[in-house]
Amino acid sequence: MIAYLTRRILFAGVLLLAVSLFTFLVFALLPTDPAALTCGKACTPERIEANRTRLGYDQPLLTQYGKFLKGIVAGRTYGEGQGEFTCGAPSLGYSFSQKDCVTSLIARTLPVTGSIAIGGFVLWMIFGIGLGMLSALKRGRWPDRLISIVSVVGLSFPTFFLALLLLFIFVIWTQILPFPSYVSPTEDFFGWCQALLLPWLTITIISSPYYIRLTRFGMLETMNEDYVRLGIAKGLKRWTVLRKYVLRSALIPIVTVAGLDFGATLGGAVFTESIFSLPGMGRLSIKAVSDSDLPVLVGTTLVAGTFIVVFNLLTDIFYGLVDPRVRIHK
Amino acid sequence: MTDVLSVDERGDDSLLVTSIESKSPKRLSWDRFKRDRFAIAGLGVVVFFLFIAIFAPLITKIIGISPNALDRDSLNDYGLPNGRFGGISGKHWLGVEPGTGRDILARLIYGARLSLFVGLVATLITTSVGMVLGLIAGYLRGRVDTFLSRLSDLVMTFPSLILTIALVRPGTQRLEAMGVPEGNPARLTYLMLVTLFFGWVGFFRIVRGQTLALREREFVEAARSSGAGPGHIIFRQIAPNLWGPIIALASMSLPAYVAYEAALSFLGVGIIAPTASWGIMLQDSVHFYRADPTYFFIPGATLFVLVMAFYLLSEGLRDALDPKNDRQQVA
Repeated sequence: MIAYLTRRILFAGVLLLAVSLFTFLVFALLPTDPAALTCGKACTPERIEANRTRLGYDQPLLTQYGKFLKGIVAGRTYGEGQGEFTCGAPSLGYSFSQKDCVTSLIARTLPVTGSIAIGGFVLWMIFGIGLGMLSALKRGRWPDRLISIVSVVGLSFPTFFLALLLLFIFVIWTQILPFPSYVSPTEDFFGWCQALLLPWLTITIISSPYYIRLTRFGMLETMNEDYVRLGIAKGLKRWTVLRKYVLRSALIPIVTVAGLDFGATLGGAVFTESIFSLPGMGRLSIKAVSDSDLPVLVGTTLVAGTFIVVFNLLTDIFYGLVDPRVRIHK
Repeated sequence: MTDVLSVDERGDDSLLVTSIESKSPKRLSWDRFKRDRFAIAGLGVVVFFLFIAIFAPLITKIIGISPNALDRDSLNDYGLPNGRFGGISGKHWLGVEPGTGRDILARLIYGARLSLFVGLVATLITTSVGMVLGLIAGYLRGRVDTFLSRLSDLVMTFPSLILTIALVRPGTQRLEAMGVPEGNPARLTYLMLVTLFFGWVGFFRIVRGQTLALREREFVEAARSSGAGPGHIIFRQIAPNLWGPIIALASMSLPAYVAYEAALSFLGVGIIAPTASWGIMLQDSVHFYRADPTYFFIPGATLFVLVMAFYLLSEGLRDALDPKNDRQQVA
C-alpha cells in the first residue's frame, strides 16, 4: 500500500509541475506584451520598461519560470529600494491591474467557490444517490419512469441557461429571493444559505442526473450477483442486504466520479458564479480575461489544476483502500 | 416473428431451419431502437433541426424573412417590439429582436446551422483523433502507450473552460496572423483546435481499454498468424468492434458541444455578432428580461429542446447498440 501511495503522490507532483510549466509557457509565448499591460493607456515607454525589469519580464523564459517556481515555495520580492514589495509564499505572481498579489486575490475567492462546491456536492449526492436507489428498487414502475424523465430534463439544461432561468424566476419576476450577495456563514448563516440557494440548485439539477444513472445502473448490476441472492436466501432482512451487500459495491464507482467532479467544481463554477455575481474563482478568471490580467490567469489555471490533481489522488487512494486488487496490480 | 419455433404443418421438421429468421447484429440493434418511443421522438427532432439547418436560406426565403433585415416598423418608440409576446405576428412568427427589429425565427434558423455545424465538426474531430490514438496505444502498448496515456492524464488536469476562455483573444490573433480569415472563421478554427486538444481524451481512454482487451482475442491472433500486418489488424479487425461504444459516446458529446458553443457565445468568447448564434441571442435578451421575456425564452427553449432530443436519441442508441441487451426480448 505504501509503495502504491508513494507512486501515486510522486506522479501527482510530476503532473502539477508539467501543468505549471505548460501554463507558464503558453501565457509567456502569447503575442501580448505583459509589461505593456501593467499600466493604463497613458503609459510612457520608460514606465513600461521600468515595470518590465521590476517584474522580471526582461529575463529569459526559463529564468522567469524558475523564479515563478521559487516564488511558490519561498515567496517573492519585486523591485528594490522604495518601490519594493513582497508577495509571501506561496506566491503566484503580482497582478498590476488589481494591485495585489495573485495568491491573496485567489485566497479571497476560495470561501465563495468552496461554499458553492461543497453545498452543491452534498445536495447532488443526496438527490443523485437517493433517487437512483429509488429508481432501481422500483424498476419499471412509475417512480422509475418519473425519475428517468426528470433526469433527462435536468441533463438537457445548459448550465448558463438554467442559472439565468432560476435567477429570472425567483429573483426578478416573483421576487421570492433577494439578489444573491455572498456573506460569510460564520457572520450570517441564514444569509449565506439564501445567497447560495440558487447556485446550489443549479449545480444539483445539472449534476444529479449522472449520479441517478450511475446509482441505478450499479445497483441493478449488483442485485443480480450471486452473493446478493445468497444473502436473500439465507433470510437476511431486505434492508441489511441492500445496505451491506448492494450499496457498498454499487457506490464504489460513484465515489470515483464524485471525487473528480468535486475537484473540477472547486476549480471554479464559471457560469454559476458569473450569472449570480458571486465573487468566486471562476468569476475572477473571467474578469482576468477581460482585463488581460495574465498573472491572475496563470494563477487560477494552476490552482484549478491543483484541485483536479489532488482530488484525483484522493480518489485513487480511496480506491486502493477499498479495493485490494488496485494495490496488487499495476 | 412469432413463428420462430413453429414447425411446418406436415410435421416435417426439416423445414424448421427456414422458418427461423436470421438477424444480423445491425438488424437486432435497429429492432431494439425502433421500440424506444423516446429515442424515435429524439431522432425526429434532430432530423427536423438538421433539415432546417441545411436548407436555412431556402426556408427563410419561402417564409419571407431574413436574419439581418432590420424592421423598425415593428418596434415602438422605445425600441421594444409592438404587441404582446415579443411582437409575435403573422409577419414575424416568433417576434422580433428589441432594438433592431430583426426576425427571431430567421435568426434561430441560422443559429441552428451554426450550432449543428460546430457540434458535428467538434464531435467528428475529437472522435477520430481519440479513436486512432486509442487504437495505436492499445495495440502497440509499451512506450507509445505510456506516452499517450500520460499525455491524456496531463490534458485532463487542465481546467479546460478557463483556458479556452483565457486564450480566445491571443489564440484568434495568432491564427489570423497565420492567414486564417479574420472574424468568425478564425474564432471557429480556434474553438475547434481547443476542443480537439481537450476533447480527444475521453474517446482515447475508452478505445484504448477496449483495444487492450480485444488484441488478445482469438480472431486477432488468427489474423496475425495468417500474416496480417498491424495496419490491417488495427483498422480491419479491431476497429469494427468498437463502433458501439464510440457511437454511444459520440452521440453524448454532440449535444454537449452544441451547448458549449452557445455558452461560449453567451460569455462573448464564441461567435462574434452579427452572425446569428443562440448564445448571442440569449446574451442580448438578458438586457430585456423585464420588458421582453419572450425574447429570452424562445432561444433558450430551442436550445433546450435540441439538446434534449440528442440525449434521448443517444440513450436509445446506447441501449440498442449494447449487445448485452437481451436478444430474446426482440424476438
